[in-house]
Amino acid sequence: MQLLEGEKEQILDCVKEVLIESSKKSEDLIPILQKVQAKLGYLPALAMEKIAEGTGVSGADVYGLATFYNQFRLNPPGDHQVKVCLGTACYMVGGDITLESFERRMEIREGETSPDRRYSLERVACVGCCTMAPVVVVDNEVEGKVTPTRVDGIMLALEGESGKAKESRDAEKEEGEQK
Amino acid sequence: MNEHVKITIDDREVKARPGQKLLWAALENDIFIPHLCAIEAEKRPNASCRLCFVEIEGVPNPVTSCTKTVEDGMVVKTRSSRVDRLVKTAFELLLSDHDLKCRECPANRNCALQTIAKERGLKLRQKRFTPVARNYETDDSPEEFAFNRSRCVLCGQCVWADRRENKIGVIGFAKRGINRVVTTFQDLPLAESICKECTVCVDVCPVGALYYKEPEE
Repeated sequence: MQLLEGEKEQILDCVKEVLIESSKKSEDLIPILQKVQAKLGYLPALAMEKIAEGTGVSGADVYGLATFYNQFRLNPPGDHQVKVCLGTACYMVGGDITLESFERRMEIREGETSPDRRYSLERVACVGCCTMAPVVVVDNEVEGKVTPTRVDGIMLALEGESGKAKESRDAEKEEGEQK
Repeated sequence: MNEHVKITIDDREVKARPGQKLLWAALENDIFIPHLCAIEAEKRPNASCRLCFVEIEGVPNPVTSCTKTVEDGMVVKTRSSRVDRLVKTAFELLLSDHDLKCRECPANRNCALQTIAKERGLKLRQKRFTPVARNYETDDSPEEFAFNRSRCVLCGQCVWADRRENKIGVIGFAKRGINRVVTTFQDLPLAESICKECTVCVDVCPVGALYYKEPEE
């Protein structure tokens, strides 16, 4: 994942700040990763590298830990976060097909973020409304009975929105430049 | 303290060093016990391969011999119906996601899995579990060796050699469940990682996952 402008400095500062507060021991690795993720929203490669240096744990082990636990994400959250439920009920009625449809439409795999950071796709295990299975959570809004056709609808809506958002951002930028 | 501990394995009396683990005492006396993940120098063995089960008299259930310290007068059986069942299941699970193209494998005839199958009369092509193909790309970036993850049994010998013996820490376990792999930081190819290509990991690989490349003609 390409880092945005100024993101590198932000990551370095964040890791430095968290490391100062911690014991820098290997047993503190999980809390350190949690704090860094809470601040940055995800665990960039650069952050893991610096945490490995700071705690004396090998980079491969930090990576192993971050990929083992579901709570850690290695990709930044997108502008639109889509979570597909693969709990028992959703899985039984084809949650995996819904997930695949999203993967195809977004052109990313589960757990990834699109290169323009517009979308991120995750799988979750039960949102708590199994009667509406298969369930998808789009930007904290629950959508029930999501078929591949509905996936197209959701994606169209998101595309329209982020298109508008992008336009307004571009417009602001232009205005700023004009000023 | 006695210099030796006397134990009986399969009706044979053998001597072992005090504090030694049962598995190594047996192996030193040419008594075969299947094993993949065992490392003698490790203080707390992983016991993750689940292959080295034995029965000990007075112990209700089969135990992993790599974690059991020898005791004077211990009576051990390396085979029993319960042991065989446990070993068979563990072995079949290992093989269910193993790339079974032995003829193309550089470890053919020199493979720990083949040895275990032969010694215990087990089949390499198991039928009990649905085979899972792990089609990882072979990392042939290092000059002398290559790494084919589809053949890896996740025994951890390479990680141990890399870490404890060589103090590098290039490779480690990552991900979980069926996706668990031995890999580098950020899944980089070995040549792009901090690997110094010392090849200690290749020397300890019991199967054909890490192997030396054939010299080019």
